[in-house]
Amino acid sequence: MLTLNYRKMEQYALIMRHEDGNKVASPEQIQTWMKQTMDWIGGIAAQGKFVSGTGLPFDNSRVVRPKNIVTNGPFGDIKETIGGFIVIKATSVEEAVEFAKGCPVLQGEGNSVEVRRIAKDDGIH
Amino acid sequence: MEQQELLPHLFRAEFSKITAVICRHFGFRHIEIAEDIASDTFLAAFETWPYKGVPPNPTAWLYAVAKNKARNHLQRNAIFQNKIANEIINSGINSEEIEIDLSEKNSMDSQLQMLFAVCHPSISAESQIALSLRVLCGFGIEEIATALLTNRETVNKRLYRAKEKLREEKVEMEFPGVNALKSRLNTVLTTLYLLFNEGYYSESQESIVRKELCQEAMRLMMLLRENDTTNLPAVNALLALMCFQSSRLKARKNNNDGMILYEDQDDSLWDEGLISQGAFYLHEASQGNELTKYHLEASIAYWHTVKSDTPEKWKNILQLFNQLLRFEYSAIAALNRTYAFFKVNGKEAAIMEAEKLNLTNNHFYFTLLGELYSGIDMIKAKLNFEKAMELANTNTDKQTIRKKIRNLQV
Repeated sequence: MLTLNYRKMEQYALIMRHEDGNKVASPEQIQTWMKQTMDWIGGIAAQGKFVSGTGLPFDNSRVVRPKNIVTNGPFGDIKETIGGFIVIKATSVEEAVEFAKGCPVLQGEGNSVEVRRIAKDDGIH
Repeated sequence: MEQQELLPHLFRAEFSKITAVICRHFGFRHIEIAEDIASDTFLAAFETWPYKGVPPNPTAWLYAVAKNKARNHLQRNAIFQNKIANEIINSGINSEEIEIDLSEKNSMDSQLQMLFAVCHPSISAESQIALSLRVLCGFGIEEIATALLTNRETVNKRLYRAKEKLREEKVEMEFPGVNALKSRLNTVLTTLYLLFNEGYYSESQESIVRKELCQEAMRLMMLLRENDTTNLPAVNALLALMCFQSSRLKARKNNNDGMILYEDQDDSLWDEGLISQGAFYLHEASQGNELTKYHLEASIAYWHTVKSDTPEKWKNILQLFNQLLRFEYSAIAALNRTYAFFKVNGKEAAIMEAEKLNLTNNHFYFTLLGELYSGIDMIKAKLNFEKAMELANTNTDKQTIRKKIRNLQV
């Protein structure tokens, strides 16, 4: 039974998009967000469905374009930036969406969480 | 994943330390850089800890990151200056040699120096308060706006102008010299006194904000107390005053965030711990022979922590107000003195004292008169309360007066 469940389980990336990654937040606000993010991930991990994740720092980021054009970015020219992502296990995209709904990033107007299935490495999609 | 609980307000508290230490290193002119480095440090934590777990020693982690960021900033700046000015800068730029000292001793000293820099007589008291809340209490713009009942734009403008002015005045991160210490310390104490009052008497509906302002003022007072140069009688006296006042914070608040007046408070809610702390500081304050208005105000506040309504209590309060008014006149002290006078000498005598004050644009004046006439001349009592009602400009005050009028008719 367990094995069967495991087989049906797929991995999804929950990608957190911020509309304005450059916004300055107060130390207290950052700490609140951090606690909420920890609780969110902790809740997924408590169900044994957290795989991995990382934040993507904004500082020292670059955008590379054709013809070797490198800009300090990604701010300025695009509205949305990716703040980080986590990889989770779910039996269906609906279940993954349920996890995404709890993401604290969604408290911000204009922010979003993108849910993407991760391709299996057995070559069969 | 084992998650460690973070201390509440950890980032806010560390913001003040990191900013002060780095600012001392870079010079007060570069205060924005110090603020940015501190903020970036917390962002770095936010980008890492939720995924990898909170490090075993969160503070050490923050300090290591802050130091790195400060070093990187200096390096980048050096490269930039090299390129632009085409000159070789060799003093203090070697990144290996830069030592950002975040030890407890240095971070306390730096915060104290920051306190003196920010509470500088060249900028207004309200600017000093806003700037203190920002760099010494780690409040964000929005949080300052809420605390001071204003908006973001005003706060931003106020902070910007204050920093510009301090730069113009060439204010540095340093202790004032022996000769200037007393007058500079006075400015600092006035600002912290106002910061505390902002929390204690504020009309802000958010009692959490109010309480935090009081706590922050007390924390900064503790910094002054813990340094030998600034551990002076006036400092202890003001700290004692704050302890006595905040001992009643809980009893003053009703369930709807309204205010409960002193005489109606449930005194079992008074915080005994804070009262005895206050008594300790007041005792410390009386070493030596300096007497400041904070001594008098603290003594008055002490007598208010005495629960039984004895003649001795009010006689003492009256004498203290007499002295305080000689130090510095204020309408509110004059009115409070008259209230104490009534407690000692009765209503008829107090009415005569009160009417001499002639504070006819002050609603507390008419509230007091209404109070004094109650039971003596009901019509005059009502008239005075109604005048007070006209002049009162806050909901809390209006509610209080309305209740007094209702009680008259019972």
